[in-house]
Amino acid sequence: MNHETQRLPQRTRITLRVNGSDKQIDVEPWTTLLDALRLYLDLTGTKKGCDHGQCGSCTVLVDGKRINSCMTLAIMKDGAEVTTIEGISNGSGLHPIQQAFIEHDAFQCGYCTPGQICSAVGLINEGRARTADDIRELMSGNICRCGAYPNIVAAIQQVMHAQERNTNP
Amino acid sequence: MNIFSYVRAGDVAGAVREISGNSAAHFIAGGTNLIDLMKEDVTRPARLIDIARLPLTRIEETRDGGLRLGALVTNAETAYHPQIEKRYPLLSRAILSGASPQLRNMATNGGNLLQRTRCYYFYDGATPCNKRQPGTGCSAIEGFNRIHAVLGASDQCIAVHPSDMCVALAALEAVVHVTGKNGSRTILFADFHRLPGGTPEIDCNLGRDEIITSIDLPSKGFAEHYAYLKLRDRKSYAFALVSVAAALEMSGPIITETRLALGGVAHKPWRDAQAEALLNGKAASTDNFQIVAEAIMRDAKGFTHNTFKIELAKRAIVRALKHAAQMGTRQ
Repeated sequence: MNHETQRLPQRTRITLRVNGSDKQIDVEPWTTLLDALRLYLDLTGTKKGCDHGQCGSCTVLVDGKRINSCMTLAIMKDGAEVTTIEGISNGSGLHPIQQAFIEHDAFQCGYCTPGQICSAVGLINEGRARTADDIRELMSGNICRCGAYPNIVAAIQQVMHAQERNTNP
Repeated sequence: MNIFSYVRAGDVAGAVREISGNSAAHFIAGGTNLIDLMKEDVTRPARLIDIARLPLTRIEETRDGGLRLGALVTNAETAYHPQIEKRYPLLSRAILSGASPQLRNMATNGGNLLQRTRCYYFYDGATPCNKRQPGTGCSAIEGFNRIHAVLGASDQCIAVHPSDMCVALAALEAVVHVTGKNGSRTILFADFHRLPGGTPEIDCNLGRDEIITSIDLPSKGFAEHYAYLKLRDRKSYAFALVSVAAALEMSGPIITETRLALGGVAHKPWRDAQAEALLNGKAASTDNFQIVAEAIMRDAKGFTHNTFKIELAKRAIVRALKHAAQMGTRQ
């Protein structure tokens, strides 16, 4: 197929509710949610690692669920609620997962960290993990090149246990 | 990614109309496989028809006591659905052994069936591949074929189907409901995927103008005696080298019905009714399980790097059957 002779489809205006506020952007059909966040909304906390759904560094929450934003077309998410690392805390201090990552030194270079944190928040919302083994299995979609895995698991465990204590005093 | 136009389908009929009118169009739902294939330039649709908002998002009871899985229910929702966990734990286990939590939150049930192979040559546009470009040859037969088929392959293609979910659906004898421009029909799961033969570019028997609307599970869920055993190069988030879905019905120590489906070994989930029947009326013993394993793998043929899969599959079959048979007997 000769792309040069093909007429470019129009950009389409979409609305995303990003970190609590409505954002209107004009996107081409092939713009991924990851590129929309980084290039059009200047939210560069979400990282492009592999761009093929294998590394998890692009993880964000869409309508409360963790997904790979690199494998999502922005146009398909018109009207959705998106939470990125920039909006993961409620505005008054760090999210407990962020605080726990600092306390447990759960990163070295930090490139995977926004995805790890969004994924961990998704994992806790899902409520399926009980043990450290569960956490390892349910965080397997997030790769850490520095190998901070033991500390990441410890950070998530700390928050999980704190929440259990709060709900079962 | 190539340039393409986009339309959101409002209903199933509209989706079918869109796909019927354009041979270069493609449905998109979860996108977890298609967007990857587009980024790799393997699939180049001129138009995407977004079906993600069609009302195929429910899991509901069928009249014959089974469950209907909407085509657009995500893999995660399906695996964690209380009725699936309780009545079809084999399916739940198989789904949760595949991909990552993020991907399972995106990927749909219909899309899972339509996943394309992860053969390296299929993904590598610089090499010949009959599945990607018919008539160019198969690079895997004489190349690196460690992950490839040992059953049902042809001299045109030795790729394997990558799904875990489909291995369980094959064992459970699910029925696929589809709608096309000539109306709706059902496809038995065993008839859904194809062996490569001389047309490896065609993965399944879904028509070009057809859309999957649901996958129906028959009432029998084998929740008492089942196992999904997946063997792979790392413990999580990797495709199967060999996987086994085993489901048994037992009367005391005697097996009355056997379902065995293999993943990672063929172009489709592999069933062998003749081999399964060998266990009926027999005791659940290692010797009997070995006889079945030998029977299923009797025509297996390895290539340079994957011959290990034949012995691996036999041992996996025996282990999965043991797990399934022993369920509930250990304290």
